[in-house]
Order: sequence, then structure tokens, then C-alpha cells
Amino acid sequence: MSAAEFWLLFVLLLDATLRVSTPLMLAAMAGLFSERSGVVDISLEGKMLGAAFAAGATAYATGSPWLGLAVAIAVSCFMGGLHAFATVTHRGDQMISGLAANMLAAGLTVTLGIAWFQQGGDTPPLPAEARFSPLNFPELAFLADIPLLGPYLAPVYTELLSGHNLLVYVALAAVPLTAWVLMRTRFGMRLRAVGEAPSAADTAGISVAAMRYQAQLIAGLLCGVAGCYLAIAHSANFVPHMTAGKGFIALAAMIFGKWRPKQAMYACLLFGFFEALAARLQGVEIAYIGQLPSNLITALPYILTVILLAGFIGKATAPAAIGTPYVKGR
Amino acid sequence: MMKVFGVFARAGAPKMPYWAQVTVIPLLNIFVALALAGCVVLLLGENPFKAMAVMLQGAFVYPGGLGFTLYYTTNLIFTGLCVAMAFHAMQFNIGGEGQAIIGGLGVALFLLFVGDSLPLIICLPLAVLAAAAAGGAWAFIPGYLYAKRGSHIVITTIMFNFIAAAVLQYLLVNVLIAPGQMSPQSVKFAERTHLPQIHELLALVGIETESTPLNISLFLALAAAVGFWFLIWRTSWGYALRTVGQSERAAVYAGIDPARMTVQAMAISGALAGMVGVNALMGDAHRILLGFATGYGFAGIGVALMGRNHPLGIVLAAALFGILTQGGSELNFEFRNITRDLVIVIQGLIILMVGALSLMLDPPVARLIALVSRRKEET
Amino acid sequence: MNQPAAASPPRDAAPAIELKGICKAFGPVQANQDVSLSVEAGSIHGIVGENGAGKSTLMSILYGFYEADSGSIEVKGKPAAIEDSADAIGLGIGMVHQHFMLVPVFSVLENVMLGVEGGALLAPGKRRARKEIARIGEDYGLKLDPDELIENLPVGVRQRVEIVKALYRGAEILILDEPTGVLTPQEADALFDILRTLKERGETVILITHKLREIMAVTDRVSVMRGGKLVATRETAATNPAELAELMVGRKVLLQVDKQPREPAEVRLAAEGLTVVDGQGVERVKDVSFSVRAGEIVGVAGVSGNGQDFLLEALAGIRAPARGTISILDLQISPERPADPAEVRRHGAGHVPEDRHAMGLVMNYTAEHSLMLGYHRHPRFRRSWLLDAGAIRRHAARVLPEYDVRPAEPRLRSADFSGGNQQKIVLAREMDEHPQVLLVGQPTRGVDIGAIEAIHRRILALRLAGCAILLVSFELDEIMSLADRIIVMNAGEIVGTVAAEGADDHELGLMMAGIRPGEQKAA
Repeated sequence: MSAAEFWLLFVLLLDATLRVSTPLMLAAMAGLFSERSGVVDISLEGKMLGAAFAAGATAYATGSPWLGLAVAIAVSCFMGGLHAFATVTHRGDQMISGLAANMLAAGLTVTLGIAWFQQGGDTPPLPAEARFSPLNFPELAFLADIPLLGPYLAPVYTELLSGHNLLVYVALAAVPLTAWVLMRTRFGMRLRAVGEAPSAADTAGISVAAMRYQAQLIAGLLCGVAGCYLAIAHSANFVPHMTAGKGFIALAAMIFGKWRPKQAMYACLLFGFFEALAARLQGVEIAYIGQLPSNLITALPYILTVILLAGFIGKATAPAAIGTPYVKGR
Repeated sequence: MMKVFGVFARAGAPKMPYWAQVTVIPLLNIFVALALAGCVVLLLGENPFKAMAVMLQGAFVYPGGLGFTLYYTTNLIFTGLCVAMAFHAMQFNIGGEGQAIIGGLGVALFLLFVGDSLPLIICLPLAVLAAAAAGGAWAFIPGYLYAKRGSHIVITTIMFNFIAAAVLQYLLVNVLIAPGQMSPQSVKFAERTHLPQIHELLALVGIETESTPLNISLFLALAAAVGFWFLIWRTSWGYALRTVGQSERAAVYAGIDPARMTVQAMAISGALAGMVGVNALMGDAHRILLGFATGYGFAGIGVALMGRNHPLGIVLAAALFGILTQGGSELNFEFRNITRDLVIVIQGLIILMVGALSLMLDPPVARLIALVSRRKEET
Repeated sequence: MNQPAAASPPRDAAPAIELKGICKAFGPVQANQDVSLSVEAGSIHGIVGENGAGKSTLMSILYGFYEADSGSIEVKGKPAAIEDSADAIGLGIGMVHQHFMLVPVFSVLENVMLGVEGGALLAPGKRRARKEIARIGEDYGLKLDPDELIENLPVGVRQRVEIVKALYRGAEILILDEPTGVLTPQEADALFDILRTLKERGETVILITHKLREIMAVTDRVSVMRGGKLVATRETAATNPAELAELMVGRKVLLQVDKQPREPAEVRLAAEGLTVVDGQGVERVKDVSFSVRAGEIVGVAGVSGNGQDFLLEALAGIRAPARGTISILDLQISPERPADPAEVRRHGAGHVPEDRHAMGLVMNYTAEHSLMLGYHRHPRFRRSWLLDAGAIRRHAARVLPEYDVRPAEPRLRSADFSGGNQQKIVLAREMDEHPQVLLVGQPTRGVDIGAIEAIHRRILALRLAGCAILLVSFELDEIMSLADRIIVMNAGEIVGTVAAEGADDHELGLMMAGIRPGEQKAA
């Protein structure tokens, strides 16, 4: 294998990483908004699943990916609102509320899917115009002609940078946007204050409940985009349980990124890389090692997060008020 | 001072009598959950009452229905007790599923590689112990990491669910798979190590019943519930554990080591979840396969919440969830539009109502009860 | 307009704050009962009262934290509806809470501007706030580094941040809730200087405290609260501490206790070069040595937060010493051989913790179960490996009346007893074991007068019976009336030890501020 061929393989692997990481990045940013406001969100999984089903069903019914996106966001935001209703208004346990949301999403999507489409819970496959299709950047033929570097640069442009659907770029933009909102805006500062010291924010005239509701709605918005991506951009239809733990990987990535947007993005890309690698190496014989256990590679993100949480790779400090409902006067 | 008033501020509504806390509120929550599920059924264009009737028939009346119901109940008692044990230490063990998987692996590996060479009288208890030890170890690690390294138990146990699933899949696909099998499952355990099933026992005394997976693990589960009660409320260990759960500082003051208690409680919690392996593999499948523990860990959280962490409540709630599970599987046969996935929806709704929204119905009900009892006193 | 303008800076005719008939109940507890109060603009107005008298509730209502059940509020002569803190801030009311309301991981700048950022983007607001903080610092002598994180600042400076925060919001009326609880007397004096400066600039200050020294030192007028009611308002110049104390408790205070002479015997508790560090590795107790003999009460005096809690926890076995040794009866504790609280208890030492809510009791336990906290492995409560429910009940039924706990109901939840009775439950548990050493922290905090007397009697009786008692209290009066010897702590060190007899509270006050007896004369 020549160096250029090997490089192409590597670029293709990165390309796959980006595709796999897209929902992770969106969901991790969703989790970041929620948790920075002091509300644990293990229902990223459920929000994405609900959104994915909504997107698949709507896009099939209307033929419009944009309507699919809108309904996906609406469903996911509704779930975020429910989480806020339970944990903020009624001071319910955040873990249990998240768990319930996940179960509801898992059960309802399949139940409705079977009843409406009679395909074992799948939504019918979508034609290309009902999906978000790849955006191909203008061809830059000269890249390949650059001496020496040409064969290396061209695939980076054509495979890695160009040719993704819109939502991939949205996910990439969501990260700096999240960082900017959190650190540079009034809203972000108040959000962080509510997550760190809610009573301090309250006495400064900031409504803790309103901030946490808004955080849940933003988390809903981002998970809605993520779910929509899964069903009608990355795939051509909704399949039951298609999130398959991605919400939890995103949660893990967010913790791995120590509740910071950019670090969380790197963690998402790392975890996405593992997944892409596992898919690539499935059944591939490697000299001296034999087949790599792809099952174990897919578990790597979880194992790494456990190791991180145990404080073996730096210290991950959660927002101080996380997990506790705010009661005035405490 | 502010703290004290905080407590008062929360106690704005009249105090709920204990009997109402354990009867009215859970029943009301179930009712609301079922009503919401009924709305879903309506949305699907079916009659919710008919669906309910089918579920009840499926759980009790249809041949073998009761056996299956009790078989599911057995698993749910184990995972319900698992969650409740951790709750008493104020920890949320969301990893029952992973612990059940590893418990199952424990019992399977023991029976496949060690157990057959031992006399039955030693083999059977050791197999149960293997399940408990393996499940316990899988919960011990998160407990230990929490106590020693400050890891969040909820997050760690979630991660351990996925890791356990990956380990099981890896072992089944690459190591344990029976020769010539296409689907990932092991060879059968030796015939003599199969736990007696209830229909076999009944046949011995001349009662012929439908063959169901219900086996003597049910009695193990009931014994575990009784043991749980003694351990928590009648031993100084239980007192120490509840003190840790109620107030960690008071525990430290009393000379109780919260870290050690938490680790112990997590290990016992995991051991209880591991017993699912005994019921599902040793008692029913007689081999290890994928998905034998699916959903029981999460359902166990609902069971523990409904049962208010009390073994009696847990047994009753497990029975309810068992009815739902078995009744739900009948839905597939009777309706074109409803499947057993509806059960997940109902379970989710129950957990939402009983767990996350538990404080929503409390104040109005408390006010209502206070009003009624005042009326009674006046007349 | 026809009011005589006596005080110098000219003031508006309308009072800064006018509260009329404020009532507030929390469940069965009437925290404020028909409270009417008028605060003159440009003055320092003190509100005194014991813990639980309703001061904080009243101010929380004024600041929009709670809503009053009835009554009305006027600010600067205009009726005001204050529903949340934002309303109060809008009316020019600022509050410095007892527990600081700061975000620890934010900088001073961010904390000051939180809630009044002045635009959706932070950058312009930050520039403005930076300038404004510098200006306030100049004007009021409140210098701060705007970029320092709160978590890195000492408490005195954090309090300054709180004051700047209020001024930044344009507060003209500043409420300070127990501001000196965490300060040394010298830091407190610095705070009073700040308050006087604020007054000179025309600010109105409301000072809530239970310390009469502060009232006399800094206020113009003082209102006294007792049992949720406002019982009197006086010109500070026309009253004295004795009158105020009487108003606070409702009768003549007799802090004189009947203490019989008792010759101390053998040493039962001793610390040698004891150093204790906290979770962050900060030395909270530094190289402390002392001893307590049988039949002796040694009082530990000091401002809260000067290491007393760490000392007590180390002696009780809750914290291991970092250096030095502790000997309790025949138990030797050292860094190499730490003890746990159960072991300390087994050797015959009782411990009444400072914080009975979080440590001394389990609020959700019934009285009978709180009565076995720390003794749950005691043979008297067990029958082989099971707990003996009958014995537990019998024990509670005997002990509760004996220690005058009301109601003497073993099955009542600990949280449902009043503060004084909760404390009696703790004392009953620890004293009923006939300890040879007793560690006592804050035995009468938040306890009503009647119960205080009973508790003091109990402690003295134990001394007479030959117990070695170490008493930590922030109430100097309590220490002076109970103790035989007094150890004064400051910043984790023992500043000096004096005999209680003939001790002078002024001298003790200076020692509490860290000034050693020898240095006092020089100063």
C-alpha cells in the first residue's frame, strides 16, 4: 500500500468519525446547557430517540426534511419541558425523571411506529428529497495537481471537508456557539451562576426556574437536531432504538470534556473515532493480533469515562449545584 | 436559621398521614399512569379497556399466564431489592441491568466450567453464590470508585451497564458460543444443574399444569425479601446503613464509616441483581444467551420507587410489573396496532409519576385528606 | 416636612423603610407577628433579638425572599409590592446575607455584575463594571481586585464583595444580616468603619445582630425583637446593654449559675502539639496543647471559624490529627494511630456535637432511634446479631422523662421536637452513658432560655460527678459562667489560657482577636 493510499484510508476513517460524532456533539452540547444550569440530563438518549422518530415520521408524511427537523425539535423540546416540569417545578429527582423520559421514548416510538407504519417499528425509507443530502463543495481540481502534497490535500477537501449534509456543519458550528453563549453572554453567565450557586443567582434577581427551563429547551433543540440527523440525514429512516446508547456516550463525552464545550467536542470526536474504527476493523485480520474485538472497542468510551471519573486522568468537577432541586431560602 | 425555615416552607401543605402515603398516593399514581397509557391506546385507535382486559387475561387466565407472570415477578423482586438496597444508602444504583448480566455470566461460567464436576449439593449453592458474587463485584467497583475516588455512582453504573453488555456480547460471540450455533448462545448447562421448575414439582404431586419458566428461584426471591427486611430494620448494620443514607455527617459522628457502608450496600445491591442470572439462566434458559436481563434493571427502579424501598411494597410492585410484562406480551396476539412495547411506556409513566413527579400529587391529596378528616371530627 | 431634623446629614422627611403590621407564619410557627418598623433615611438602624426571634424572616420579607401573609411595606414614602429580590433591588434595597450569596468559581467582577449585566453581551458591561468597582472602592474605601476568584478570598473580603455588589446595584438601603458572625472583633471594627462611611454618604443601613456590643458601637437607633414581635425601639444613645438584654429575653437575665467548688483531679483529656488540617490541607488547628482534668470544665472561647470545630472533631475521633497526640483516658491517638468515633466512645468519652441538626440527631429517626446514634452496637440495644426493639423502647421511655424532654414520646420524629428538646435528647444520650470525658460544642445555640438553664445545670452536675468537660461555645458569657479555665483560640492557635475566676471580657475579646496578653500592654 502506498503512502497516499494509506492516507486516503485514514482520511476516510476521519470522515466516518465526523459522521458518527455529529449526533454526539449536538447531544453533548445539549447536556452541557442542561448540566451547567444544574440539572442532570440522562435523558439525552430519550430526547434524541423521540426526535429521530418524529423526524422520520414527519419527513415521510410530508416529504419535507425541514418539517421533519421542525417536528423533531418540537418533540425533543417537549421532552425537555417535561424534564423541567418534573425536576424544577416539582423538584423531582433528576435521574429518575431522565430515566422515565428514556423509557417513554423507547416505548412510545416503537408503539407508534408499529401502529402507524406496520413495519416492525421502522418508518418507511425516505426518498432523497425528503432527507438532508450531502452538500458538495465546488470542485477544486487544482488541489490534486499541487506537487507532492496534492495527493494528500485533495482527499482532505473532497472526503473530509466537503460532502456532508447540512446538519454535520450545524453540529460543528454548535460547539463554538455554545462556548460563546456560555462564556460571553449575559444568558450564559446567568446559566452558569444558577448551576453553581442558585441561591446567589436568586438573590441577584435571577429566576432559577426560568433559567433551568430555558436550558432544558435549548437542550431539547440540540437533541432535536441530533435525532433528526440520525433518522433523515445519516440514515434514510427511523429504526427502533436507533440511538443505541449515543445519548449516554454524549453524556460521557461531556463529562470527559469536564463540562466545557471544546473539550467535550474533542471527546466526542475521540469516541466517534473509536466507533468508526470498530466498524472499519470488524472482521479484519490484523497480523499477530488476529481479529480485534470490535465489541470491546465500542465499550472504550464508557471505560475511559469511568477511568476519568475516578480521577485517574485529571479531575472532572461538576457544576456545584448539579442534581439538587433549588428550594428558596436554603 | 434560613435552613430551618426552608423546611417549614416546604411543609406548607398539611402533613400526609402514613397510611395515605403508602396506599392512596401509589394507587393514585398508578391510576394516572394507566390513564395516560389508556390515552396512548386511544390514540392508536384501540379500546383501552379491551387492552386492559387482554393484559389481565394474559397475566392470569390464559394457560401458563400466571406462571410467566410470577417468573417475571421473580426477576423484578431481585432488581427491585437491588435498587432499594442502594437507595437506603442514598445511592442510586441504575446499573442493575449490568449487574444482572455479570451475575448471569458468573453462574454460567461456573456451571459450564466448574460446577459439573462437583456434587449437586455443593454445586447448586455455589452456583447461586457465583451469581451473587459476580453481580456484587460489578456493583462493588462503582461503589469503591465512589468511596475512594469520588466518582459519581449513577454515571459509573450507567457506564457499567454498557460495558457489561459489551463483555457479554464479546464472550458469547468469540468464546462461549456453542459449536455450530449461528446465534450467540452457549451450550446447555448439565441437565442435573437445572433448577426445578414449578410445573415439574406440581407434576410430582399429580397436578398437571402448563409448562412455564417459573422455578424455585421465586422462593429464593421471597426469602431475599424477608432477609432484606431483617437486615435493614432489625440489625445494627441496617441501622448504620440507614443512618448513612439519612445523614452522612451524623453517621461519621456515630463512628460509622459512610464509605465502607456504601461499598457494602452496593455489593449487596449488585448481588441481588445478579440473582436474575439464577432465575433466568439456571431456572429457565439453561444456557447463557444475549438479552436475558434486558429491561429488568430499569424496571427494578420503578419497582423500588413504587414499593417505597420496603420489601413488602417491592414484592407487590414487582407483581404489578410482572403482570404488566406478561399481560403486555399478549397484546401482540390480540391487537394489530398494540405491542408489548406499550408495557415500556406504562413502566416509564409509572416511574415518572411515582419517582419524578412524586411531589406533585402529595400536597393536594394531603389537603384533601386533612379536609375530610376535619369534617369527620366536626360531625 | 415638619419633623425636626436633628441628625446632621439632611434627610428626607419620609422614612427609608416603613413596615406596617407584617405577619408571617411557617406552618404552625408564627415567625413575624404584627411587626411595624420605621427606619429613618441616612441612619444606621439596629435590629436585635435572640436566634429565632424573627429578625431574618422580617428582612427576608423586605428583600422579597418570602412574601408576608399580611401587612404593608413602604419604601421612601411610597407603597411597595416586593415579590422577589429583583423588586427589592429595583427599589434600592441591597442585602448582605449571613451566608454569602456569591458564586465561588466566579471572579469578583462577575459576582458584582451578576443580575445587572447591562446588555445581552458581557464585554461592554464588564468594562463598565470594572470602572464602577474602582470608583466604589475609592469612594467608600472598599478596595477589591476585580479579577480574583471568590473561592480564593478570605471571608472578610468576601463580605466586602457583597457590600460592593449591593452598592453597584444602586442600593440606598443596605441590610446586613449577622455580618460579624464570621469576623474577628478587629475585622468587625473595620466593618463598622465602612458602615459609618456609608452613612456619611447618605446610605441607610439596617444591621441585624444578636450582639449588643455591635448595636452600642455603631447604630443610631435600635429595635428589639422577641418571639416574632417587635417589642421596642430606642435611640441607641438613650439606652444601655442591660435594658436591651432585658427586652430581648423578656425578663432580667440571670447568667449567674450556681457553681459549686470542685477540686480538679487527674488529667483525663490531653492534647500535645495537636495540628489538624482540612480537606484542602489548610491547617485549621495549629500546634495546640492543653489538658482537662476530672471535675473540671475547660472552656474554649473564640470567634466562630477559628478552628474550634476542627479541634472538637479531632478530639472526638472524627478527624485524624496531622501532627501531635491526643490522649483520652487510656486511649492514645496520633497520626500513625488514628481512632474512630466509636473507639473514642468505647473508651468513655461522650460528644455533644456543635451541629445537632446534621450530626447530633437523624431528623427522620424517632427519638428512640436518635437515642442510640453512636451506640447502635452497644450490647444493651442488641440481642445477638439483631437489634432489640423492646430494649430500645424501654431505654427511651426511661431516659426522655429523666432529661425532661418534652414530649417524652419515644416514637416522635426527632425533627418534630423543638430545638431545646432536641438538644436535650442529644445530652440525654451522651450523659446517660456516664462519660468520664465529655466534649461539648455549642450546647445552647438556638435553645430557649428555660432549656438553657436546664442544660447548664446538667453540665455542672456532671462536673461535680467528676467528669472532665471540654466546652466550646461562641457565647463568651456561657463560657465565663460555666468554665473553670478558659482557652482562647484564634486562627487555630491557642492565644492564651486564663482562669475563669476574675477573667475580664475585654481582655478575652482582645485575645479572641489574636492579641496575646503580653502584647496587650504594649499595644
